[in-house]
Amino acid sequence: MGHIALNQVTKRFGEVTVIPPLDLEIEDGAFVVFVGPSGCGKSTLLRLIAGLEDVSDGRIEIDGHDATATPPAKRGLAMVFQSYALYPHMSVRRNIAFPLRMAGVGRAERDKRVEQAAAVLNLTDYLDRRPGQLSGGQRQRVAIGRAIVREPAAFLFDEPLSNLDAALRVGMRLEISELHARLKTTMIYVTHDQVEAMTMADKIVVLRAGHIEQVGSPLELYRAPRNTFVAGFIGSPRMNLLSGAEAAKHDAQTIGVRPEHIAVSTGDGLWQGRVGVSEHLGSDTFFHVQVDGIAEPLTVRAGGEVAMHHGDRIFLSPDPQRIHRFDKAGLRLT
Amino acid sequence: MARAVTPRTKALTTILAWAIGLLIFFPIFWTILTSFKTEAQAINDPPLFFSFDWTFENYAVVQERSNYSRVLWNSIIVAGGSTLLGILIAIPAAWSMAFVPGRRTKDILLWMLSTKMLPAVGVLYPIYLLFIELGLLDTRIGLVIVLTLINLPIIIWMLYTYFREIPGEILEAARMDGAALRAEILYVLTPMAVPGIASTLLLNVILAWNEAFWTLNLTAAGAQTLTGFIASYSSPEGLFYAKLSAASTMAIAPILILGWFSQKQLVRGLTFGAVK
Repeated sequence: MGHIALNQVTKRFGEVTVIPPLDLEIEDGAFVVFVGPSGCGKSTLLRLIAGLEDVSDGRIEIDGHDATATPPAKRGLAMVFQSYALYPHMSVRRNIAFPLRMAGVGRAERDKRVEQAAAVLNLTDYLDRRPGQLSGGQRQRVAIGRAIVREPAAFLFDEPLSNLDAALRVGMRLEISELHARLKTTMIYVTHDQVEAMTMADKIVVLRAGHIEQVGSPLELYRAPRNTFVAGFIGSPRMNLLSGAEAAKHDAQTIGVRPEHIAVSTGDGLWQGRVGVSEHLGSDTFFHVQVDGIAEPLTVRAGGEVAMHHGDRIFLSPDPQRIHRFDKAGLRLT
Repeated sequence: MARAVTPRTKALTTILAWAIGLLIFFPIFWTILTSFKTEAQAINDPPLFFSFDWTFENYAVVQERSNYSRVLWNSIIVAGGSTLLGILIAIPAAWSMAFVPGRRTKDILLWMLSTKMLPAVGVLYPIYLLFIELGLLDTRIGLVIVLTLINLPIIIWMLYTYFREIPGEILEAARMDGAALRAEILYVLTPMAVPGIASTLLLNVILAWNEAFWTLNLTAAGAQTLTGFIASYSSPEGLFYAKLSAASTMAIAPILILGWFSQKQLVRGLTFGAVK
């Protein structure tokens, strides 16, 4: 079980309100990702759920019980930290066994469960090593092993992959997703990387300055961002946001169109512009184009084989079905 | 870029370091040498270096006249007891200051240290009266208490510095893993801080061992420690240089040996946290 509900949860550090009153419901078994720029309060929110920070106001319920004043040790949640936070003086085996030892699980049972977790995480050969003798990826796996042995109500991940190199990150992303599919335990995952959010989440919570900007499935957020902040944050490369005359044509203050929803042509199109920097990724090419009559440079996605060069004149046509319209306050117009 | 060190500078600094080291060591060396002379040879002018009749007589006399083993035992109990008691109080204190600091934590730390700057004689009278009142005068337990209190600021400061080096996330991880406060301190913090705790222990043993003001003023024959033992041989009349030297040698030998074998730990302890 791992149903978590936040009711009017507020966090203040002295005079500064980091999290204004906030409501959120996390269903049992969901994979929820908190995403937002640094300083948006996503880690603080996770630490409030963990109990590592005290709530200034409001209520946190875990499986229907008020856990607002429950110490972290008693909440039945497991956490994986960005720095791994392994116990350097203990072997991998004792690291993973530590929560079981704290729970008073007998030695034989402890050994059995550690072996099982190690097998799942490919750590069997490393059980007698110290954390200092492991690579970053292995350390992260030990941290996950320590979390899974105790069969928590929910897992909390605080930017767990940001200390890993890019290749390893993709691998661990998959492993965590697979782990969720297998365990079906609630997972709350904090990241500033919207790619991680999009690829892993059942539900994304976009945060800015402690406020929830939007909650929804990755595709809901991609298709119908509620405001310009979410529009710009979700999707890579980010959505092109245009104001001025071009927006006025659509009766909006701002319009948004994603790089992948703009057709590129050398013959004709709605907009005409000059190619700036091109980024060739092999599978795709991103062109940065300065369009005549539009102040903001546009990013456009084309196929990997499209050959255009700096200074070339090209034509662009946005897909009219996929133009997002926003009002003065930045909110989505329907 | 690393600074270039010529062989000449290296040789010069080595010689200088040795010269200073020997200069500091010389009084100890001279004390040990004198302890093997007769009283007459001890005050011989010019001083005798090695050309004298080596004798163990002083050691025999000192042991016979005053009970060395009992005094040594007192010193061990007082130094060990005050260190142990101090560390038991200091670990939780340093934990709270390092990991859950309040707005006034820094002030408290400074205030604690400032008590070390108070001349001890300033509080001798009240403490002496208290000791009489409580029946602690000339008792080992009394000395243990007073030395614990005297050295506590330093123990807390040292441990605080060590604990600050331990990432808070590891303790938070322990909390998430179900560890209550006691388990967190016992199984996670303390083992991680073992090098720091060890050098704090060592330094404190040495400080307590060498403490002379309180041990001289608050004891008579019963709880006398080695510092009192040495002092009893320093007399304005009579010829006691050789015996005084023998007594001193016997008093400093244990701590000298301890210090010799733990100098690495000690140096690390005293410079810990100075650079990252």
